[in-house]
Amino acid sequence: MSQINRIDGGLIDQTKSVSFTFNGQILRGYEGDTLASALLANNKHLVGRSFKYHRPRGIVTAGSEEPNAIMEIGHGAYKEPNTRATITQLYNGLEANSQNHRGPLGFDFMAITDFFSPFLSAGFYYKTFMWPKAFWEKFYEPAIRHSAGLGKLSMLEDPDTYDKGFRYCDILIIGAGASGLSAALTAAESGARVILADEDFIMGGRLNSETNEINGMSGSEWAKQAVAKLSAMDNVTLMADTTIFGAYDHGIYGAIENRADEARADSNKPRQVNWRIYTKRTILCAGATERAIAFGNNDRPGIMMASAVRTYLNRFAVATGQSVSVYTNNDDGWQTAKDLTDKGVKVVAVIDSRSIDPVMAIEGAEIFMGTDVTDTKGRRAIKSITLSNGKTINTDTLAVSGGWNPNLHLTCHHRGIPKWNEELATFLPDSSVPVGMSVAGRAKGTMVLADAIVEGHNEGSSVAADLGFKTGDSKPATTASVAYNVSAKWGVPSGKNRAWVDYQNDVTAKDIKLANQEGFKSVEHVKRYTTLGMATDQGKTANVLAIGIMADNMDKSIEDTGTTIFRPPYNPVAMGAFAGRRRGMEFYPTRYTPSHKWSAEQNAIFVEVGMWYRSQWFPQPGETFWRDSVDREVRQTRESVGICDVTTLGKIDIKGADVSEFLNRLYVNAFAKVPVGKTRYGLMLREDGIAMDDGTTARLGENHFVMTTTTANAVSVYRHMQFCHQCLWPDLDVHMISVTEQYAQYAVAGPNSRKLLQKIVDAEHDISNEAFPYMGAGEISICGGIPARLFRISFSGELAYEIAVPTRYGDSLIRVLMEAGEEFNAIPYGTEALGAMRIEKGHAAGPELNGQTSAYDLGMGGMVSGKKDFIGYTLGLREGMQRDDRMQMVGFKPVNKGALLDAGHSMAGAHLVNLRDKPDTFTDQGWISSSIYSPIFGHYIGLGYIKGGHSRKGETVRAVDLVRGQDIEVEICSPHFYDPEGECLRV
Amino acid sequence: MIINHPLLGPRDSEEFVYLGSADLINRPTNWESEEAAEDFYQYLYIRENIAGDNRELWYHEQGDQSWLVVTRCTLTHEIKSVELAQDVSRAQGRSK
Repeated sequence: MSQINRIDGGLIDQTKSVSFTFNGQILRGYEGDTLASALLANNKHLVGRSFKYHRPRGIVTAGSEEPNAIMEIGHGAYKEPNTRATITQLYNGLEANSQNHRGPLGFDFMAITDFFSPFLSAGFYYKTFMWPKAFWEKFYEPAIRHSAGLGKLSMLEDPDTYDKGFRYCDILIIGAGASGLSAALTAAESGARVILADEDFIMGGRLNSETNEINGMSGSEWAKQAVAKLSAMDNVTLMADTTIFGAYDHGIYGAIENRADEARADSNKPRQVNWRIYTKRTILCAGATERAIAFGNNDRPGIMMASAVRTYLNRFAVATGQSVSVYTNNDDGWQTAKDLTDKGVKVVAVIDSRSIDPVMAIEGAEIFMGTDVTDTKGRRAIKSITLSNGKTINTDTLAVSGGWNPNLHLTCHHRGIPKWNEELATFLPDSSVPVGMSVAGRAKGTMVLADAIVEGHNEGSSVAADLGFKTGDSKPATTASVAYNVSAKWGVPSGKNRAWVDYQNDVTAKDIKLANQEGFKSVEHVKRYTTLGMATDQGKTANVLAIGIMADNMDKSIEDTGTTIFRPPYNPVAMGAFAGRRRGMEFYPTRYTPSHKWSAEQNAIFVEVGMWYRSQWFPQPGETFWRDSVDREVRQTRESVGICDVTTLGKIDIKGADVSEFLNRLYVNAFAKVPVGKTRYGLMLREDGIAMDDGTTARLGENHFVMTTTTANAVSVYRHMQFCHQCLWPDLDVHMISVTEQYAQYAVAGPNSRKLLQKIVDAEHDISNEAFPYMGAGEISICGGIPARLFRISFSGELAYEIAVPTRYGDSLIRVLMEAGEEFNAIPYGTEALGAMRIEKGHAAGPELNGQTSAYDLGMGGMVSGKKDFIGYTLGLREGMQRDDRMQMVGFKPVNKGALLDAGHSMAGAHLVNLRDKPDTFTDQGWISSSIYSPIFGHYIGLGYIKGGHSRKGETVRAVDLVRGQDIEVEICSPHFYDPEGECLRV
Repeated sequence: MIINHPLLGPRDSEEFVYLGSADLINRPTNWESEEAAEDFYQYLYIRENIAGDNRELWYHEQGDQSWLVVTRCTLTHEIKSVELAQDVSRAQGRSK
């Protein structure tokens, strides 16, 4: 039998059948259905198992507040767990599976947990499973995690695409129900740029679920016409299926637009778009959500919100049962009974907790005033209810209305605290809403439709007028005024039966009572202790109810009980939507060096350094292990010549009359008198005296310098320099710009480097040792007129140059250099050989400049000028910064030269202890920060820090690596292993 | 947040990098005096924890690279004024 609960009409297309599966069973629905309405049409009330007790659960609501009907949709990598069936638009081929049960949904093996419920009460994991202690980790926790839970992730990469977007408007209207549409009509009429967003895939809000007439037509028809009118206006952007999930500072709103339909047709299209909407003003017309009443066994499938029963009936043409009963504490619940009887659905009883006259006559129904529901029966679906008067009534749907709660969440995103309203028995938005936001309609507590329409209408035009737009003279839509009276009803005394408050997290009225009895008085504490409101539905149907129950328990007013704080997101947002397109290689920009293409042709191995891809080494035929290549690159560079792309180093071009003075204040050493044509090494400190960065700066002209920074600090050094200039010394004549990406730069290192360069440098530039000595710098030309900058600086310790050309020549230059170097057996070298040679030479780099070291610790105390103010000077003089027992940088070499040769790793990371000490935190003397196998010396060497290291050279200590199980003796030595006198540099 | 850049108009705060209190402009100049250590210590480490209007430095890194002094209420995030740090520095008597 197909769709046995379907009746005629509704806002669906009953000529267009859609097929889908639920737990493998093929079912049919219609275009315009949600998954939930299609399931109910097929009489599928039981759709899941509860979180903790594995109780059978059914669909409760018809909106995003749904606590029970959460499912796994799709399969394989496309599977999405915890999806609310109530807001999932039905499509052909949809695959839905229920969650959290073992065995079939109808007979869940884990339902046995329900019998253990006395052990699973509030805070059970703090109490019950504490003994024996060791059992928690090995047994209890895995068992609990296995049995309690939500849907399962596919564990595959999400194949869907997500995107981000930005939109701007004068007025954002959140919610396209009666008040939102009314506000949009007047706001749009004024000419203001309006965005109207609604979480539903059809605009109209409750109008699509109700039978009200507006302007003489059905409410849904009026909404449809209003939407049509708005969509024809150029100044209006309609965003259906879009949830505004957060209100951020200065009128910025986060929105998630669902485009699943489009994405299914074309996988390159985003499934969801994360919009950032910039607004001048916002009108919140988010409507209200119906809440439940806590009575015994109120969680059986077939017990639903009264408003949801109406939605399924009127919008989706689904009668959720054949003999429906209604339980309410307010007038609105009666509307459900009326709509059902009008459509020919049998209503067996209306139970109203208030002792008043019946609100209306309901044909064929028993009416019970001043009566409550105390218990229900039916394992997989409700069969009967028991009333407080002892009467039992057979029923297959119980529609419950505990009153309406305004959807004021967004008004609280800037810490607004909602205020209690006794007459409406609910919280209303306080005046402390986010700047620029106003509220209209049911979200504001205006529960009567006719009033909400007028309010929206007026708010739309007054906000537009505030912004300087000229408003029109249109009249608000009219509808009959229907009163809304409510009398608070929270929990019903239910004896031994459990009364659920939070369905999704299985929190009962008893749990709340227990928490209160155990001393948890604050709402925030009760929430965390019981987990109430902490499930994916964020307690939308549960929170206010729970506060009412707490107030009753503690005999306090609701105002004194207080509320928890609403924070973004309003509804769950997929992580993918926050990432957008920034996934995998698109996480951040990929930066290739100018020699990348050429290096790839040489089969270089690349490594990510910051955002850059650099060549790590260049394997040659026959080399099977990375060290084969690296050792060769080091040896060949030191024997002849090697070339390395050093473009990634930060380059800053600085011009102006005061640059030398400026640099003098940035570096610890003197820069005032650097001659034109010279480069100087400089060390920069932070203001607290800690080393920040080092590099070389060349003076290319009287008022023109070019600075290099380390690759990692290129951005932060430039920012620091701008700070020093703009904030500290604004009138220094200094102009700077980062040219890191404008110049391709190569290190040409080794005894034959000059000979190689002489082949390409244009003849008019003399780069002989005499004309262009060590630390020389100059603007030259190469290859017949290509402009270049040449620096005679060395990181490797060899005779070496760095040559820079405009980036567009970078690829050509590496090819030209390699060709010119053929006669010298020139080789390219990568970052590993670069690192090996800098350690051999004893240069500090990233591992040494670790944010804890002073100039003195680095052994550069002698460089520090005492004759000038520079950043870090004064605080660097503090006693603690210069103590002799600080961690000081020195070199280390193994006593046994063969140490670690077979270990496959270096000394890096080892900690240093004295020879006879047991290695622990108290005996720790320091650490090895950088270490490599030196192909020149034939053993491992290292740089590192040890207490008072500068005066301990020659001493033997142990380098202990507890992680890798190594313990070797090392000698403390000078960090300058290779050519300590620097003779190679000057030849 | 939106920062109303004095030269470029309203820009999203994503384009900026935050540093800290605008007091960092007031770097002591008495490096040769005996009070230098104390003054620099006060300058670098000692801050008011302001609940209210706070003057702070923001750097328009993804924009024109100007440093700004932004007066922001730490309670509401309302931005009361935005000035070029260079102007503020000069107004406070700093020059070369």
